[in-house]
Amino acid sequence: MATVETNAASSAVHVEEHDHHEELSFLRKYVFSEDHKTIAKQYMFSGIFWAIIGASLSVLFRLQLGFPNMTLEWLRPILGGWIDESGKLDKEFYLAMVTMHGTIMVFFVLTAGLSGTFSNFLIPLQVGARDMASGFLNMLSYWFFFLSSVLMFSSLFIETGPASGGWVIYPPLSALPQAMSGSGLGMTLWLMSMAIFIVSQLLGGINYITTVINLRTRGMSFSKMPLTIWAFLLTAILGLISFPVLLSAALLLIFDRSMGTSFYLSEIYIGGEALPNIGGSPILFQHLFWFLGHPEVYIVLLPALGITSEIIATNSRKPIFGYRAMIASMIGIAFLAFIVWAHHMFVTGMNPFLGSIFMFLTLIIAVPSAVKAFNYITTLWRGNIVFTPAMLFSIGLVSFFISGGLTGIILGNSALDIQLHDTYFVVAHFHLVMGAASAFGFLAGVYHWFPKFFGRMMNPTLGHIHFWLTFIGIYLVFFPLHYIGIAGFPRRYYSFTTYEAFRTFGDLNMFVSIAAIFTFTAQFIFLWNFFYSIFKGRKAAQNPWNSNTLEWTTPLHPGHGNWPGEIPPVYRWPYDYSKPGATSDFIPQNVPYSQTPESNLPHENALIALEKEIEAQNYNDQFKQPH
Amino acid sequence: MVYLVGLLSLVFLVLAILVLTRLTSVLKGVNGDTPTQESEGASVSNRVNGFLFLVFFVAGAIAAAWSFIHASQFFLPEASSPHGRHTDNLFWLTMSVITIAFVVTNALLFYFAFKYQYRKNHRATYYPENHKLELIWTVIPAVVMALLVFTGWRAWRDITKEAPENALAIEIVGKQFNWEMRYPGVDNDKLGNYNYKLIDAANSLGIDLEDESSFDDVTVSNEMHIPVNRPVLLKIRAKDVLHSVFIPHMRVKMDAVPGMPTRFWFVADKTTEQMRNETGNQNFKYEIACTEVCGQGHFSMRTTLIVEDEDSYNKWMAEQKPWLTKNPEYLARVPEKLKAKAAKYAPADAAAPADSTAAPVEEGAGATTSASLR
Repeated sequence: MATVETNAASSAVHVEEHDHHEELSFLRKYVFSEDHKTIAKQYMFSGIFWAIIGASLSVLFRLQLGFPNMTLEWLRPILGGWIDESGKLDKEFYLAMVTMHGTIMVFFVLTAGLSGTFSNFLIPLQVGARDMASGFLNMLSYWFFFLSSVLMFSSLFIETGPASGGWVIYPPLSALPQAMSGSGLGMTLWLMSMAIFIVSQLLGGINYITTVINLRTRGMSFSKMPLTIWAFLLTAILGLISFPVLLSAALLLIFDRSMGTSFYLSEIYIGGEALPNIGGSPILFQHLFWFLGHPEVYIVLLPALGITSEIIATNSRKPIFGYRAMIASMIGIAFLAFIVWAHHMFVTGMNPFLGSIFMFLTLIIAVPSAVKAFNYITTLWRGNIVFTPAMLFSIGLVSFFISGGLTGIILGNSALDIQLHDTYFVVAHFHLVMGAASAFGFLAGVYHWFPKFFGRMMNPTLGHIHFWLTFIGIYLVFFPLHYIGIAGFPRRYYSFTTYEAFRTFGDLNMFVSIAAIFTFTAQFIFLWNFFYSIFKGRKAAQNPWNSNTLEWTTPLHPGHGNWPGEIPPVYRWPYDYSKPGATSDFIPQNVPYSQTPESNLPHENALIALEKEIEAQNYNDQFKQPH
Repeated sequence: MVYLVGLLSLVFLVLAILVLTRLTSVLKGVNGDTPTQESEGASVSNRVNGFLFLVFFVAGAIAAAWSFIHASQFFLPEASSPHGRHTDNLFWLTMSVITIAFVVTNALLFYFAFKYQYRKNHRATYYPENHKLELIWTVIPAVVMALLVFTGWRAWRDITKEAPENALAIEIVGKQFNWEMRYPGVDNDKLGNYNYKLIDAANSLGIDLEDESSFDDVTVSNEMHIPVNRPVLLKIRAKDVLHSVFIPHMRVKMDAVPGMPTRFWFVADKTTEQMRNETGNQNFKYEIACTEVCGQGHFSMRTTLIVEDEDSYNKWMAEQKPWLTKNPEYLARVPEKLKAKAAKYAPADAAAPADSTAAPVEEGAGATTSASLR
């Protein structure tokens, strides 16, 4: 505790010294900023913007599914021609909304919004760096993302509609404009947008990896890194390896669409004519797509799990249980993520032998996932839990992770997947395990690091209400979807009235839609709380959650360079909460063992000798001040 | 109605939370401090949140159990194939394993949250690791997974092995937005070649008349007939975009891929008639659906499947005219050396009207004969 105060005091002195630092123009400071904190905020606001769009789309198509007889004439002012003469949603527009909901949520909200915000914000602050390895590339990364967002957003307004072949854009449907109107200009914009998005991800990823490897502060060895950083590092590695494959998949599709190649097209008769393309394979696209698509699931989920690890430990006032096991299981998941992609393709006509192999590999991934879940639960055991909104969302995340993950055991089994493939069971599964869980990771992160982002607190009461409404709402939406899936209802159906087998469950579908609208509405509590607190929230303390990690040693409003003086060295792991014998129930990472003789474990006393050595190192902070 | 009640009770629950939390924020306002970890932990809202986790678990468990029982009448519609019953059993086996895991882990999560909520002047237990415990819960899931994988793999191997010799091969072709079937005909048991470049308005499957096996091939759309208890091999292809053959009651699903024929074989062991008696629904029909998004008509690519005993099937088959007989103008496409063989399939009324070229293939060829089953 004492050190934190000294630190704060010395910060105040240094702030004075550096106030005369050259003032950046408005454009350089807030728009084309190279400061990781500003870029993180840009990602955060963009992510929230996209989340509102993506969630609104889901409410629109839930209206169609829950109330198939409802006239949507009242939406004509917004949707125009997409409401047909009978006042119903246009059938292709329904597919367009499903497609855009998936694309937006997976890529723009949970990849860019989540990783972009928290990797950017937390990596330099938690490893003890002045900024990202390359601020310029980091800025480029955001603006490429922005450009890609503009393209994707504009595709919502064109006459032929946005891409409509599902977020997986399987050719030939996505390759042939004569197959559906969304495969025209909408698809072109989708592909351009995604190509640029991938460039942005790669620029970001290279930066994250380089920063974590090279710019850690003195003493911050890999075995002392917070689990958040481990998660962000592995996420970036996953993205760096898998996104280029999606880029090639997209490029080949662009060639097929515009240059008459036949990578994915063969023996097609459509619109009254036989196309000349021969020898391509639509399955090739699926392999390439899922080679990204599956790691993508973990790109979305791992940061959320990292954020949760940090928040659960802090608010349980306990070290995370099995720190090394957590790292090992994340590495295991990250590795296995690359060799399970074809479990999305069991019934695509892929060789059944391959199906067997991928079933074995897929079910192995359940083991590290189970270890993570058990470790979270054990961290709560005999803790002293403070239910901050962030903590509530983290516990909710663990619950979603378990509930959604378990059904993966069924879907990963190729024999069982025959019946359940492309039904609502899949929808329920992935919305819980990657959608809702990752969204909770994002919300937990916003609540937890809001004081660091804006120097103010969000209203905890509104946070609690937001949590309970959202948590209950999401279970009410996705739990019943399992039932609909077990009954065999296929995904992406505009209506279920054509089939006798799918005519049941009309009331359940209505219930799900009501729950979805309810959950969506509850998010406005968050939005209000978020924007209100930015300006009017209560002033935060420097370390409001009594947390151990380095970001809380920076001033309330960290300037460019984060620490006014020298970057603090790190002596211990980040989870020294409730250490027996310690005066306080937390010991920050920058407190040397020599200052805490009362709580040191035997092997830690031996580490006191190394402190001088750690302090003498100075690889990354030669000027000992921001420059 | 029940759902409405459920929703209403939820709204009341929410209101209750609101009132409670309001109260705490008012109380907190009196103190007027910046919130800190301790003050938040000691507040009433912390106890409320802890308690709510317990309430959530109990209420959630009841709601899940009740809704499950309520909805289970529609689960996995009665399987009509042996492999389907096998995978259903595996499904429920796996389901029971994961339900146990689901209940136990969620129970611990919510109970611990409630039990170990903040208490003033209390310290959490410093408990960073326990290798034995971690080993146990790594090994147990691994063993359970291994067992599940093994049973699943055996089922998968049996389902995907080569179709038996006596299997009836039927071609099913997906296009925007319906299915078309082709039967090998009564004279030879072989499906003729096809070529997508031969597709035109009448020859919608691209039947290749240079192959004599195709002369007796029969095409139908709208409904598929298959004999009961005889292996059926579906030869699946697509004309335009991806489709996927899904027969829910048969537990059959396989994508239809342009340029890459796929296959799936199964045995139907309950006739449509039997299912009508079993389900008590006299209008029962087996249905074929599409499960790979294929455009605006994706949700309505419905075809009925009629499973009948061998005799009825043979009778139906015998009544079908080969495609060539229905489209005699295509006799001109038959190569010279096979003309003699093809002559057999020329319609009895040799002077077929010349304008029939323009007529598309008659949809639902078997419609009248099987009216009793539709």
